[in-house]
Amino acid sequence: MTEIIWLGRGGQGAFTAAKLLGAAYTIGADDKYALAFPSFGPERRGAPVRAFTKLDTKPVADRSQTEKADFIVVLDDTLYTPDLRDLLREGGSIIVNSKKPTDGALTFDAEGIAEDYRLPTVNTVMFGLLVGMSGVVTSAEAEEAIKGYMPAKIQERNIAALRRAVQEVSE
Amino acid sequence: MKKFLSGNEAFAEGIRLARPQVISAYPITPQTIVVERLSEMVEDGSLTAEYVHVESEHSALSCAIGASAAGARAFTATSSQGLLYMAECLYYAAGGRFPIVMMNADRSTALPWNIYGDQRDSLSQLDSGWIQAYAENAQEALDLALMSYRIAEDKRVSTPYMANLDGFVLTHTYETVDIPTREQADSFLQPYETDNRIDFDNPRNMAFSAGPDTNYIFKYKEHEGVLAAREVISETEAAFTEIFGRQYTGLTENYLTEDADYIIVTLGSIAGLCRETADKLRGQGIKAGVVRIRYMRPFPNVEIADVLRNVKAYAVLEKDVSFGNEGTVFTNVNSALKKAGIDVRGYNFIGGLGGRNISAADIENIYTSITDGTDAVNFIGIGGEDNGK
Repeated sequence: MTEIIWLGRGGQGAFTAAKLLGAAYTIGADDKYALAFPSFGPERRGAPVRAFTKLDTKPVADRSQTEKADFIVVLDDTLYTPDLRDLLREGGSIIVNSKKPTDGALTFDAEGIAEDYRLPTVNTVMFGLLVGMSGVVTSAEAEEAIKGYMPAKIQERNIAALRRAVQEVSE
Repeated sequence: MKKFLSGNEAFAEGIRLARPQVISAYPITPQTIVVERLSEMVEDGSLTAEYVHVESEHSALSCAIGASAAGARAFTATSSQGLLYMAECLYYAAGGRFPIVMMNADRSTALPWNIYGDQRDSLSQLDSGWIQAYAENAQEALDLALMSYRIAEDKRVSTPYMANLDGFVLTHTYETVDIPTREQADSFLQPYETDNRIDFDNPRNMAFSAGPDTNYIFKYKEHEGVLAAREVISETEAAFTEIFGRQYTGLTENYLTEDADYIIVTLGSIAGLCRETADKLRGQGIKAGVVRIRYMRPFPNVEIADVLRNVKAYAVLEKDVSFGNEGTVFTNVNSALKKAGIDVRGYNFIGGLGGRNISAADIENIYTSITDGTDAVNFIGIGGEDNGK
């Protein structure tokens, strides 16, 4: 099972990204299963939120929050702390949206990419970075998920941003 | 068509396919999304129903009762304190033999106030006369929504139906769900027809009072209606499989129970983790199994007795306690065994109250504890309580 923890602030779309990944993984495949869920509770804009995606080739039975992740994706660098590493499996990575390098994590200026595509938030950029780095889904599957689960009028910009993010880390 | 949906959304899709004519809604976390989705469906025209915003849960169910008494297929949904607030009406719906379907998002009850999942809300209403089903995943939730009306409206049953989804871990978790086509759904579920309705051409007495000389007869017939659901559930599931392909197993679902020495009996979404733990223990040579109760009413007395007959010990894992005694599911399971003359050591494990996580390690510990013997009633994370041992 591959497990991803998403960290963001309420309103940044961390849970949307978690859902998109689950949808992308299971699109067109009968032998792939995914669960996506937020850290449960009242939703407040700006408050730290976690979301989880679990991917497997058999039905995912464990519905509890991920204790050890293969990837941790941080949408807001003020939420990054070194002890996040305790939540990583061996060989796992932390991907952070940040303009400056951070010890123990891979940082990218996702906000810069988002701005290029007039996106108010970095969730699909971070999704693209994860896709490019991990290969857990293909870029085409990720695009399908955006087409299936995001409002029509913002699909095009999000797909373009996702492609750019995938390229950014594939090069 | 496959979609990546939450439990609430999947249930709403199932209800859309079931074509309710009246939906009465009052929002409460974690049920809100199901009634929101249904209101969107009514708005966009993909569901033709009278959508009634009511001022409370008591009114939500009262409205559904009125709709059902007019001969309409009615739906409502609630959770936790909302279910308790409408408790008075639960008995009216059941006694009036109105086959309303209600989704309940299983949630803790106050105080301390808490919005997270446990099963104390619905289990407190076992005696209200409703059929009670417990889903494990979003697909089963959708399928129960579709099957519920066919079971509830069957003339042998004529009983309201409560479909329970674990709050958050099922209602708010997204997974892949297969949504049947409109044609499939319509071939499975016919429009509701009943004589138990207001009819100006053929007036009849409805929702009447009955004194001591006849009241018990109505109560006996109500009991018979819920019992009859056992057979109707199994017929309905067979018809469901024919059209949709997916199979269900009646009041219980067994996993690796045939030769099991140690079985956990549980209900709802935690069953998946129990099965995974049983697999792990099987790898270590421990004959572990799982029984998932799918229906608490009618209660699977025969199924429980059959499956636990030859075990060395069983545990009942539930997100519930009847204060001053034990978990209510445990009481029901023990009674099934007693009636069948089976004497097997059983233990109660109470966990997940107020949404507290039940981990794989907790479940493994249950199997280990019942192998070695433990207290009769145990609170996961706190310890045992010598109760009736």
